[in-house]
Order: sequence, then structure tokens, then C-alpha cells
Amino acid sequence: MIATESLSKRFPRVTALDRLSVDVGPGVTGLVGANGAGKSTLIKILLGLSPATEGRAEVLGLDVATKGGAIRERVGYMPEHDCLPPDVSATEFVVHMARMSGLPPAAARERTADTLRHVGLYEERYRPIGGYSTGMKQRVKLAQALVHDPQLVFLDEPTNGLDPVGRDEMLGLIRRIHTDFGISVLVTSHLLGELERTCDHVVVIDGGKLLRSSSTTDFTQTTTTLAIEVTDTDAHPDGTRAVREALHTRGVEVHEGSGLPGAGHILLLTAQGEETYDLVRDVVADLGLGLVRMEQRRHHISEVFKDSDEQQQRKEAVGHGS
Amino acid sequence: MAVEQPLQVSPSGEQTRIHNIGYRTYDGPRLGRAYARRSLYSQSLRGAYGLGRSVKSKVLPMLLFVVMCVPAAIMVAVAVATKAKDLPVDYTRYAIIMQAVISLYVASQAPQSVSRDLRFKTVPLYFSRPIETADYVRAKYAALASAMFILTAAPLLVLYVGALLAKLDFADHTKGFAQGLVSVALLSLLFAGLGLVIASVTPRRGFGIAAVIAVLTISYGAVSTLQAIADAQSLGDGQGSAGAITWIGLFSPVTLIDGLQSAFLGAKSAFPGGVGPTNGEGVVYVLVTLGLIAAAYGLLMRRYRKVGL
Repeated sequence: MIATESLSKRFPRVTALDRLSVDVGPGVTGLVGANGAGKSTLIKILLGLSPATEGRAEVLGLDVATKGGAIRERVGYMPEHDCLPPDVSATEFVVHMARMSGLPPAAARERTADTLRHVGLYEERYRPIGGYSTGMKQRVKLAQALVHDPQLVFLDEPTNGLDPVGRDEMLGLIRRIHTDFGISVLVTSHLLGELERTCDHVVVIDGGKLLRSSSTTDFTQTTTTLAIEVTDTDAHPDGTRAVREALHTRGVEVHEGSGLPGAGHILLLTAQGEETYDLVRDVVADLGLGLVRMEQRRHHISEVFKDSDEQQQRKEAVGHGS
Repeated sequence: MAVEQPLQVSPSGEQTRIHNIGYRTYDGPRLGRAYARRSLYSQSLRGAYGLGRSVKSKVLPMLLFVVMCVPAAIMVAVAVATKAKDLPVDYTRYAIIMQAVISLYVASQAPQSVSRDLRFKTVPLYFSRPIETADYVRAKYAALASAMFILTAAPLLVLYVGALLAKLDFADHTKGFAQGLVSVALLSLLFAGLGLVIASVTPRRGFGIAAVIAVLTISYGAVSTLQAIADAQSLGDGQGSAGAITWIGLFSPVTLIDGLQSAFLGAKSAFPGGVGPTNGEGVVYVLVTLGLIAAAYGLLMRRYRKVGL
């Protein structure tokens, strides 16, 4: 779908992309990087809107330097920032954007109705966008990127500003774009955790350089950390400690969360697979405690790299202890 | 979907259901860049009269359109009723008389056309489509110029039709009407260009409106004041300073059009003393007008190359 070859973009003061070579196949691909890592610059180059300083890139087999228009006809783009005029309805706006993509008027109307339904906007689509919630606006932005049935869609931080429920709905929708609609997705985020659950493949860039490109299963193996929190009972005044000791006797290494207020009540453990979840459930139930939370911790991108170092250190520490 | 076997309708045929038909791909034509540019043009042109927008945004442009046409209708009615030999006003003069209305229109609609896209950051969405910077600029420029042409040519059409109804001289009026159309076409291009350049600098609509009005009225006020002074002096000392009046006229859009049409389009000049530029001086007027239109286009291109994504 996308192929770049030692792609560089230099501005007078900064190097946004530094000899980046990646290959992205069909499916849902996550592009992860901190703010300023070069994600948006890469998308701009891939849309053929900004020339690369050196190197080359192809999207859908078309060269971005010469075939920008043809690429933009087959690709959808959802920007990170607000881009919706408040005084028109979602329907009018998306119809207009469909025509801007080259769809004849009748097809533009039909596709707009379809697409808005698929992203979950119903009666409200006839009201002016100004009165929409953030979640609804994100859906309109997504709809305008999908309305011309592209082969590939670039989503720039689609979960920005959404609450946890909205986030999960958006991620589910992104997954469906590929599985149900057959459209490949390149989605950017600075949160690796949410991309892990959604993407088939994750590309990590930092400072314009490729740090890692691998399928998500590789990532989850090394990064799944469970956070659990339990209640205290009369029998176990310090439930957290009781669970930690019980898990320790079963051979699961547990460490306390740190750094955040209240983190002392949160236990972190590395999940080895399904059986770890069952084990935690059984241990907590045996002790008669209430399980307040058991969740996969959201990883910030920098932790991917820190984690491997930490694990190394932890192994050494364990080695010394025993 | 396959589970529920929707097609086995009961023999009575009354059973109707709505089914989720799932995602449908689009295999129809994709009409590309030129079509997208036309779509943007027609959307912007409709938008300049508030069509496809809220009721509130229709009020001002429609009101101005009516204000432009009513005097023409009254003149025609009077001419027909009194069986006058000629219309009370020349085709070329009409826009000059109504210039305040035209300025108000361009001041309100130029920011509407471009500032909104900047303010709500819709511009990047356009450039993620097949169109290029030049297509956006051309579509927006052409749309506003067309909207202004409709505004300024409609009353001329009223006058012309009225003149024919009043059985005034056909050849004379056809020529005058044609000259008037050329004049308002140039005026539309010039005003739309100036309005868009000013409006494209600010994402704030209010600033845009104020700035356009300021540029158009202050320049006209200053130029006509200076011309009046020059005229008074020439009367006072008896020396011909008609040259000064002519050259001062180059510095405001309204007097520019006035001078241009009095040199080449058979108009009577509205300059003090009624002395317009000669043909030689008129060439300068044409060059300045065309230069300003080209400069406006160039500046818009430069502006939007920067805006990008």
C-alpha cells in the first residue's frame, strides 16, 4: 500500500524525517510517535502535498512526487484538528466533500447517506455541525474521509479529545473500516496501547527515524502489563498486600505501581497469556476480595523501549535475589 | 444478514422490513480535478448569495441584490410612463452611482467565501482532494467575480429590457448595454480580487469586512476629495489641472473603472468637471486595472501555497 525509501524532509531548522524506509501492507497499520516525531509530515508527503527533500515514496503504487492528484482521488484523509464549518449540516458538508473528490452529484448524495449511517450518525445529520459533540464531529470527519470509497485512508489522531467510551467506539469503527469496508487504514496516535488493540501492524517513528516496524502480536508479547486493584475486607485489612503475597506464592512476580497518587493500591504484573487473567481472578476470589479493576495498561510510546531495558534489569535483580 | 432469509416474503406480500445492507463499494465514475474545481466554483457562487447556507446568511446578499435592482426598475417605470426619449442614466454610469452597495456586497461576501475556510481549517480538506492550490484560488476568484457580475449586470439588464419596452432606440441601447456589461465585468474582477486578497489574510470575518470596506471607501473618499481640490484650483487660477485629476483617479478602484470606461466605453466621466482621461491616459488606466487583477491573483496563489495542510 505504502512504500518509502530513505525518505527525508528537512526544514531550515529541523529535520522532520530522516531517511525513513517503511513498507506498509493492506490492513490496519498504526503509526506511532510522540508529538513532533514526523507523523503529520509523513502524511503530507504521502498525499503529495509537500515534496520530500530526498528519497522517494509510493502510495498504491503511484509516485507521490508526480501522481499526487491520482493518489488523493483514491485516498481519504482525516485531519487531527477541527475542520468542520459550524453553520452547515453534516449531510451538506459531506456531500460537498464527496463532490470535491470527483463523485457525480447523485452518487455523492447516496454515498453520503450510506457513509454517515456507517459511522453512526442518524437523524442529527440534518442539523448544523456547530451543535455536535466532539464524538459526533469526529464521526463527520471520518465520514468525509470515507465518502468517496477510498482504497486507503489516513487517520490523524482520530481518538484525540474523546472520552474512554468514545475512544473505544472510534477504535471499533476503525477496525470495521478494514474488516467490513475493505479499506486499508493508516492511523496515527501517540498512544501505543490503543493501537495495539486495533492494528495488525505498528510502525514506530521518533525524531523522523524508524524505530520499529512489526506486527502487533510481537508488541503485545513484550508489553502486556496488567494493572489490578482490589478492595479491602475485614479478613484482609490490606487487600493489596494479601493479593501480592498470594500471587507471589503462585510464582507470579508483582510490583506496585508508582509515581502516581494512589498508585500504591495498584499492582502491576506481566501477563503471560490467558492463564494469568484466570489466576488473578481465582486468587482474588479465594481471598474473598472485590476486584475493582483489571486492565491492560495503556503504554506511552517511550515505554516500549524503556520496558525492554527494565525487564533486563528486573531479570538481573531476580537473579541476585534467589 | 444471511441468517434471516429476508427474501422469503409471505404470500400476502405485506411483509416489509428494513435490512442492513452493509457497506457498498463505489465503482462509479470519478470525475477528477476539473469537476472538483467546478463543484467548488458552484458551491462558492451559491454561497455568495447565501444559497445552501442558513436563512440568516441569505438576508444581506439578497437585500443588496434587491437594492441594486430597485432604482433601475423605478427608472424604467418612469421612462415608460412619461414616454421619455432616453433613460435617465447611462448603462456605464449605473454601477458608479451604486458603488456603495457594491462595496458593501464585496465586503460582506469576500470574507464569507475565504475567511470561513481559513477559520474553520477546511482548507486542508480541500487540498487532500484531487484539486491543487491554483484550482482553489481560481474557483474562489471566479465564483466571487461571477457573483458580483450578477449583482452589477442584473440592473443593467432591467434597464435594457425596459428601454426596449419603451421602444427607445434599439442600436443605441444595445451598444450602451454591451459597453455597460464590459465595464461591470472589469469592475467585478477588480473588486473581487481586492476583496479576496484582503479577506484571505485574516481568518476573522469581522476584520475582513471592516478591512475591505475601509480600503474601498477610504481610497474613493481620498481620491475624490483630492480631485475636487485639484478641480477647484484649476478653476481658480485658470490653468488646466485636468491632468492632475486624471492621474489621481488611478488610486481608487471606483475611479479607476470610471476613468477606464470614459476613455474607451463611451461613458461620461463622474470626475469633477466631467473630464475623463484621454485615450492615451486611458491606456494607463487599462494597464493599471489589469495589473491589479493579475496582482490579486498572484497574491492569492502565494497566500494559499503557504496555507496548505
